[in-house]
Order: sequence, then structure tokens, then C-alpha cells
Amino acid sequence: MIPGPFDYQVAGSVAEAIALLDQHGADAKVLAGGHSLIPLLRFRLASPAVLVDINRLRDLEYIQEADGTLHIGALTREVDLEASDLIRRRYPILADTARVIADPVVRNWATVGGNLAHADPANDHPATMLALGAQLVATGPSGQRLIPIEQFFTDSSFETTLQPNELLTEVRVPAPSERSGGAYLKLERKVGDYAIAGVAAYVILDGAGHVTYAGIGLTNVGPTPIKARAAEQLLLGSSLDDAVIAQAARQAAAEAQPVSDLRGPADYKRAMVETLTMRALRQARSRATGGA
Amino acid sequence: MSIHHIRVTINGKLYEGDVEARTLLVHWLRDGLRLTGTHIGCDTSSCGACTILVDGKAVKSCTMLAVQADGRELLTVEGLEQNGKLHPLQEGFHVEHALQCGYCTPGMMMAALALLKRNPDPSEQEIREGISGNLCRCTGYVNIVKAIQYAAQKLREPEQVPAGSGGGGE
Repeated sequence: MIPGPFDYQVAGSVAEAIALLDQHGADAKVLAGGHSLIPLLRFRLASPAVLVDINRLRDLEYIQEADGTLHIGALTREVDLEASDLIRRRYPILADTARVIADPVVRNWATVGGNLAHADPANDHPATMLALGAQLVATGPSGQRLIPIEQFFTDSSFETTLQPNELLTEVRVPAPSERSGGAYLKLERKVGDYAIAGVAAYVILDGAGHVTYAGIGLTNVGPTPIKARAAEQLLLGSSLDDAVIAQAARQAAAEAQPVSDLRGPADYKRAMVETLTMRALRQARSRATGGA
Repeated sequence: MSIHHIRVTINGKLYEGDVEARTLLVHWLRDGLRLTGTHIGCDTSSCGACTILVDGKAVKSCTMLAVQADGRELLTVEGLEQNGKLHPLQEGFHVEHALQCGYCTPGMMMAALALLKRNPDPSEQEIREGISGNLCRCTGYVNIVKAIQYAAQKLREPEQVPAGSGGGGE
């Protein structure tokens, strides 16, 4: 299958990319890793008039901590996130996520920013970033603005609140506190497939072991990435014992909106959300209290 | 529609050509340059038959535009053999009988090459993970893993023939 015709422009800088997006508006698509976009072009499910290739913007590839925040350049390749010592040591939930995205060859090229900006409910980073309470940096003609992750996805699949002339340039994640931990669990039929269901959980505990922050994100069980707010609320202030974890897991399953498809019936997926939420919360608790 | 003049180094040799923006890299390699060692399998970036190295990293060339390769260095399966001598991976696939129909083999070897560059002494598990983006429908992977182990050892200790190889080769 061959994509339909389009014009191709290479951006030599972020400013150039934004100028191109500003010029072409909704007719343009950003080409990052391309592992979602190029298949869409090939199937003729997308037919942008212009592709703006940002792959030469090496200054958007970085992973660094500064001022209590983890900064991930939008063009950071999944393989670099997966292999980063900083990520493995301090942000195991991100390492969990990166290593189950697609397959190792795809991860060499696929980008963190693309995984988010494509807004596919089956992608893995959205759930994790929802659990972590990430912020996204959108750069446009008039400068940068910060978008909280829960305001980034809309009610429609494959849609974000980015303007056509804005580029997602950075992902910001709060640095871990002394007693915080998270985990991402994905159930998949085989390597490279989208999730049957995926759950990201992140908690912060106070000195007495009570939950001061809880984030739960769900992958591929609805038309958009889902933040299980009611389940999060159940955990707040609790001591994160097995009983409250079980209760929150049931609630997360209730907040999922799966449909029956080739990956299984809706009831099965809902049951898997419950099980995965339970396991992810237990692992988050373990990591928050010094375990692996 | 735009046409672009690209210059790409492939297996150490400079190639130039005009490509339509929508031309996929694998199609340019096969149809434009007649480098047909790189195969097209699934057409959906799932199977890995089209895996090549771009600037040293394994990439599925069905999911990259030819124009994106401009100025980059590519290695395809044709570049493995040097001076008439098989690369240890090719030798390993031969000796360990790591192919039946052979369709996945070029991509499998290129993914394995990328793995061995990053991790010269991988465990069986690491090899299996490293090639998990490459599908083989014939072998069940057992002999592919052996072939990569053979190559890994040979690349680490070029002077020694691995035990149990049966002294095969050309």
C-alpha cells in the first residue's frame, strides 16, 4: 500500500516547524517517529496535504531532571526512555511503559511525544501520564503554554487540544517524592499488539502511610485514554490496604468503557481492568515503600 | 506532491536519486535500487521482514519514507558479507539451520545485528526480546536463537569456532 500524494517539508528548528504548521494549518501533519502516521497514510485513513518532518530536531531529544521536574523532550525515542538509567532508577512506571510499547525495532524510532499527540486510546503513554499528572509543553507562534494532561485529550479519539499551529515540545512529570511509586501493567496478546487492557497507577504516601495523591489511567478500554477519577478518590486519605485497593480496582473497572472486539468481549476487558488495577496499585505501594 | 533529490549511503556506497515524498524507503531500496534483499512482509510494520539499519539503529523500512533517509547511512542485508566472506550472523543462520522459507531472514539478521551491537553477550531471553519485533512463521525461533548465539560468540572471539557448529560454512 502506498500513501496518497503529499508535500514534504523538513523542519530545521522548532521555530521553522511552527512556521510551517502556521502556514499550512489543519492541512499539515507532524511526522515524528511515524509509526502511527505512516500506516495511516498507507491505509489512506489520513491524507494530509503536507508533512512536516521534525526528526532532525535533535534538541527535542532529552531526558533530564531539573527543579523538581522530569523534562522529556517530545522527540525522545522510546528506546532511550527504556534504556535511561535515570528513568529506571527514579521513574520505574515510565520504564514499565516504554518497554511494552510496540516492539524493540519500532521503539528505536517511535517517540514519546508522538505516542501522546496521536491521542490513540490504545497507546500506552497517555494512561501513564494521566496517572502521573504530567504537564505538556505546547509551543506555538506566540510562545509556550502548559497543558495539564487531563486537558490534553478531548472526548473524541485521536484528538487533542493542541492547536494546528502548535507543536508538542516537552513532557513534564513531577519528580518522585520520598514515598511515591507507580507501575504500568499491560495485558497484550503478543508483543507489538495494542493492549487488551492496560492500567497505570501512581501513589504518593505521607509519613504515616496515608495516600495524599492517587492517579489511575486506563489504556484501550474506551474511546479516549481514561482517568479513573472516582477510583482515585477512593484511595485518597486511605492507608492503601488490600481492601481499599480491591475497592478502587472495582471502581476503575466500572469507569472503563470497553467494547467487544477482536481482543475480547467487553466483560472480559472490564474484569481485566479490575485485576490489573489491583496489581498495579500493589506494585505502586511496594515501590512507594522501598520495594521493587 | 513533491519530488526530492536524496543522497543516501547504503552499505558504504553513495546512492542518489529523485523520489516522490510518498515513496516508502523499502520500495526505493527494492524497486528503485534493486536491492531486493530487504523483504516486504506485512505492510503494517508488524513483521519486521523489512528491517534495516539507519544510522546504526534497526528500523522497519516500510514505515519510513525514502526522503527521510536523505543524508543518512543505511545498512541492508547486502552489506553484511565482506570481501566474499559471510558475516558471522549469516554463517550462524547457515550452520544452525535458522531458516526454512527464508522470508524473514534478512530482517531477522538485521535486527540481530542491532541487538549484538548494543549487547555483545545477550542471554537467550535478551535475544528473544531483541527479535520480538520480527516474525518467523517456520522455525519456531529455536534455531534463530542458536544462530544469534553462534554469531555473538564468533564476534566476541573471532578466532574460535563455536563448539557444536559441526564446522559448517561455505
